[in-house]
Amino acid sequence: MLEIIPNNTRFDFVGVRKTALAISLAAILACLALILIHGLNLGIDFAGGSLVQARFASPKATDEVRAAVAEFGAVDVQDLGREGTEFLIRVPLSEENSESVNARVTGKLAQTFGADKVEILRVEAVGPRVGEALRVKALLAVLFSTLTMGVYIWIRFEWRFGLGAGIALLHDVIITSGFLVLFGYEFDLSIVAALLTVVGFSVNDTVIVSDRIRENRAKDRRAPLANVINRSINETLSRTILTTGTAVMVVVSLFVLGGSVIHAFAFALLVGFIVGTYSSVFIAAPVVLFFESAGAPAATERGAARSTAPASRRT
Amino acid sequence: MSNSSLFSRTVLVVGLTIAAIVVLLPSVWQPLPDWLSFLKGNKIALGLDLQGGTHLVMQVDSDQAVVNSLEINADELRRELRKAGIRSPKVEPTADGLTVTLPSDGRAALLELAASQFPDLKVAASETVNDQLVQHLTLLPEEVRRIKQSAIDQSLETIRNRVDQFGVSEPVIQRQGDRDILIQLPGIQDPERAKDLIGKTAVLEFKLVRDVDAEPIAKGSQPTPAGTEVLFETTSDPGGTRRKGSPLVVETQTLMTGDVVTDARVRPGDLPNSRVVSVDLNARGARLFGEITAANVNRRLAIILDDTVYSAPVIREAIPGGKAIISGSFSPDEAKDLAIVLRSGALPAPVTVAEERTVGPTLGQDSIRQGMRSFIVGGLMVILFMPVYYRFAGLLADMALVWNVLFIAAALAAFGATLTLPGIAGLVLTLGMAVDANVLINERIREELRVGKSARAAIEAGYERALPSILDSSITTFLSGLILFQFGSGPIKGFAVTLCIGLVSSVFTAVVGTRLIWDYLLSRRQMHTVSI
Repeated sequence: MLEIIPNNTRFDFVGVRKTALAISLAAILACLALILIHGLNLGIDFAGGSLVQARFASPKATDEVRAAVAEFGAVDVQDLGREGTEFLIRVPLSEENSESVNARVTGKLAQTFGADKVEILRVEAVGPRVGEALRVKALLAVLFSTLTMGVYIWIRFEWRFGLGAGIALLHDVIITSGFLVLFGYEFDLSIVAALLTVVGFSVNDTVIVSDRIRENRAKDRRAPLANVINRSINETLSRTILTTGTAVMVVVSLFVLGGSVIHAFAFALLVGFIVGTYSSVFIAAPVVLFFESAGAPAATERGAARSTAPASRRT
Repeated sequence: MSNSSLFSRTVLVVGLTIAAIVVLLPSVWQPLPDWLSFLKGNKIALGLDLQGGTHLVMQVDSDQAVVNSLEINADELRRELRKAGIRSPKVEPTADGLTVTLPSDGRAALLELAASQFPDLKVAASETVNDQLVQHLTLLPEEVRRIKQSAIDQSLETIRNRVDQFGVSEPVIQRQGDRDILIQLPGIQDPERAKDLIGKTAVLEFKLVRDVDAEPIAKGSQPTPAGTEVLFETTSDPGGTRRKGSPLVVETQTLMTGDVVTDARVRPGDLPNSRVVSVDLNARGARLFGEITAANVNRRLAIILDDTVYSAPVIREAIPGGKAIISGSFSPDEAKDLAIVLRSGALPAPVTVAEERTVGPTLGQDSIRQGMRSFIVGGLMVILFMPVYYRFAGLLADMALVWNVLFIAAALAAFGATLTLPGIAGLVLTLGMAVDANVLINERIREELRVGKSARAAIEAGYERALPSILDSSITTFLSGLILFQFGSGPIKGFAVTLCIGLVSSVFTAVVGTRLIWDYLLSRRQMHTVSI
């Protein structure tokens, strides 16, 4: 029998929870600082503006392309890494109607490099009203889905589990966003889709662990919760790693082979899946314990006997 | 489990598999043979991002439609007031109604007129300025709503006409929200041209040219003569780009508008390789045009589209037949598009592009190729890995994966859903996550075997114990898929759809499909050890 994780692992996940929480807190603060200082790099979906993706017959330098379209203001030119033949040109929203900017950018490219030497692969333009509407919708979607997940787990398990899951989800979303800022990816609709998928995936792991905790508590009601949590995480560890492993496999394949359009999307999934798995093991369940020990005695309503000492370290 | 249940489950799984294959036939078998023609509707359509095309959201400036309507009301009211014998009444449109200035003794006549002939206008505040009565009239809110509503309805109709005549296969044209029109034009070659055609207000006007030197007036060094305005002619480069030409001073009064046009066609012009657009007028238009031309022989008549003068020929003689010719240096496409907008009529209000997403055919091809390649590579990695780790049970998981892909594709085809690039990403992701259910089950079976259970007991317990976890985790992901669908637009919806279908199908294939094979092996083949 091939096993990645031996079946009798006894990692003390609960024991290292303070370290894990400290690391996560530091990571969250760093990411928030990064986001606040640098700002989310909003794509045209949210900021409005226009975008032209062009392919040239022969390689061009980024500066060459930038010089050609410099007259359109604060233009951002990005080499898409196809031996210098493909570029993404973004023009921020201005007083002018963004659609006419696109027509003029494509016209200018054709004029500078020759109409038959440049092919326009993609053109997008988003007006200010649409950009704002999409921004509001995206924010609501992320908040709403985090809330829905938390409420589902709360109903299905206990409020502390829901809270633990909610905190883990925010953790995942913030850290993934931080990585996107760090690596210079833009926030657009597909990134929001990726974040929601990460939320779903991370909750997945959390649910599996919570299920096992409930099952193990039913088996032995006198066992300290810390031990039960530790045991449950260990028992589900090989499943957690296997599922994350296969998901990461396909996401890497998307990231490497999927093409420029979904590159950022795949990157967000990659970071999010790894962070999400970490948080279900090290954050979600230990947070339950934190509320158990910090919370009022009335917190437990399901009749499980609780450990008297806060967070026993025995395993 | 009993044999009869084994039989009925076999029928269910085999039946669904056959149905899935049948539903997929139209997507892979082209052309479809006649005896399968009943399946025609069930085809996976490619999204705009894969087949190339333009997605437009046009914003209808319905406020302008209200202003237009107020201007018409103002003209009529002015005329009626004059008829009622009131000297020099002033009627000005405002943001939400009209302001009428007239001698104080005209108040009774105005109120009577407003009540009898202008029921949509409500009499509001009034004041007296320099012995003149200034009376405000406001447009009723329900009338404002009606005008805005009908502006969007008419725009939708006009745009649909234009797109139909432009010749796009399977366009989507529908309302979105309360002031937008969503337009999707698959496989379009020249999006700029389509945008011009759709966005043109296309108000056609005939006005007389005042025979004065227009240059100094256009420069502002001479005042514009009363009752006239300066418009510019349009000229075209040899390359086909339109430019602003020389200015013309035309009378403000519009003699005739495009609403009398019944047909417009491209005809060869007098010069070789030139073309004109000939316009047919209805009976009222023909009479009007005859009168205008008879009364203004030797003057120039400007033919104006959206405040641009297309041509301003000299009227040689009265033209009674109800036909007008618009000449100008048109390219073939321009002439064709001009004929289309004249035939389909003017938009009731200006429209602007609020959102545009165009994907060229090359990028679409690239996306399909790259999407499929990552799908195959990602899928193969998972498929190779599972049997290495779980041996026979891994092969079963692989089978479930192939089943999943089949079911998802069939569901997409059956719903007539659209496959987008994010949709393909969703499919790839489903491959990674679909094994989760199998992993949960297999890990449980291993645990049960470890505590010394028999093959049958371990498999039964494994499935039973894994089920709550599988359901819980699928439901949560499904919920986030639903939220994504609710919030997402276009391609993102495609992602949400494949994700959700994938979840349902992965639960089914793992819980029912693979279980069926274990049960078969346990009961028919007397399997005693589990290869897992």
